Amino acid sequence: MTEHTLKAFDIDLQELARKVAEMGGLAERQFANSIQALIRRDLELAQRVIAADPAIDVLQHEIEEKAILTIARRQPMAVDLREVVGALRMASDLERIGDLAKNNCKRASALSGDFHPQKLMRGLEHMGSLVLNQLKQVLDAYAARDPAGAVAVWNADEQVDSLCTSLFRELLTYMMEDPRNITFCIHLMFCAKNIERVGDHTTNIAETVYYIVEGHALADQRPKGDTTAFANLPAN
Amino acid sequence: MDAMTQVEDRTAAIGGAIRARVENLSFFYGEKQALVDVSFPIYDRKVTALIGPSGCGKSTLLRTLNRMHDLYPGNRYQGRVVLYPEEIDIVSPKVDPMLVRLKIGMVFQKPNPFPKSIYDNVAAGLWVRGIRKKSMVDERVEQSLRQAALWDEVKDRLRTSAYGLSGGQQQRLCIARALAPEPEMLLLDEPTSALDPIATARIEELVMELASSVTIVIVTHNMQQAARISNYTAFMHLGQMVEYEETALIFTSPKERRTQDYITGRYG
Repeated sequence: MTEHTLKAFDIDLQELARKVAEMGGLAERQFANSIQALIRRDLELAQRVIAADPAIDVLQHEIEEKAILTIARRQPMAVDLREVVGALRMASDLERIGDLAKNNCKRASALSGDFHPQKLMRGLEHMGSLVLNQLKQVLDAYAARDPAGAVAVWNADEQVDSLCTSLFRELLTYMMEDPRNITFCIHLMFCAKNIERVGDHTTNIAETVYYIVEGHALADQRPKGDTTAFANLPAN
Repeated sequence: MDAMTQVEDRTAAIGGAIRARVENLSFFYGEKQALVDVSFPIYDRKVTALIGPSGCGKSTLLRTLNRMHDLYPGNRYQGRVVLYPEEIDIVSPKVDPMLVRLKIGMVFQKPNPFPKSIYDNVAAGLWVRGIRKKSMVDERVEQSLRQAALWDEVKDRLRTSAYGLSGGQQQRLCIARALAPEPEMLLLDEPTSALDPIATARIEELVMELASSVTIVIVTHNMQQAARISNYTAFMHLGQMVEYEETALIFTSPKERRTQDYITGRYG
């Protein structure tokens, strides 16, 4: 795209996009580390993730300030306006992703005991790597301003939701088998739910990327596969 | 233009009525073509803004609507501008330009009141129409000055010279003068370019109020102004109509690259 006649405007927009990309990279790293910390029972890694979370919050504030200043000074229109508003929305989603990664790490010690059911942990790892891939792809789509990439991420969330549902069923089975498993399984359930939430935030980012480029919202109903809210306990 | 049909369908669906339609209008200053096959609707009692870079033809187009170009020799219209519901082609040589100017008034960039009293300025439009009865003229003068949000400021000095007013007041006087003959349409050619921000805001507020009773077409090089007060915006470039759309849509997601480049400041 051609440059603005007022160069400072270009610089403002580039700086904003750069900060969002930086925040995206941070959030991605935090999330990846949080999965590793849980799977490998690495409490030190978990602590590092928790300690690194404030940096993400700082970036969010910087992005908000920059966006508001850009609106005040430049009165952006059309695609420029969508970029600025998009940056605000994405910063909010990325900050939540960082929080969810941190929250999972807080539970790491509860999941680090002797009881370590392979099947459940593999299920969690699978879900985690799927969502991590989604996050990478959506951040790539943002960097390239690629609407098709955004739509692909948007559609693939259904898979994540289905995995979460089946993981919940597994967890129920474990809990019914042996009440001593309950504590572990509850913590794992929260972690799984947090990962699924990261997936939802990733689709929000996909919608924002699409909106920035195309100028209108992605169609309304996203295919949903998470039926955990409707899960029934089998009869005793 | 397919995009134009979409706008018209959308507006028709919510009951918007067309007050005038510009149909394949071209205009020539002698040999030079200043407007190239321009077509768009002007909606009844809505504000339509014409925006575009210098020399794009927006002022030329505006002046076509009230036959200003007839004042100079060598100018030529091609195409039609149909006024509804009468269905008169106002650029047809068969139509008297004076009649057009009674129906369609204009306010210019630099306030240009007559070198007469405030009262005489507003009354002039009525006298031209043959309205001479004093009580009627008094009533219409007051009404027009009220409509232009100027009455309270001048009611005690109607017989003083218009030149005693401030720039913003003079411009509102010109608007009152244009409103006196009860026009169907009001054309505003960069009406606030010469005014300070406060006077500008008052005129903008006035325009939005007037739109409920008069159809308004405004030329402005201030995009934020077009975004603030218009319902429909037409972007022009090199004599052509590049894009015509509801204001809200054209400033958030324009369809044409040239439109986006202009409104985001990427021209040149």
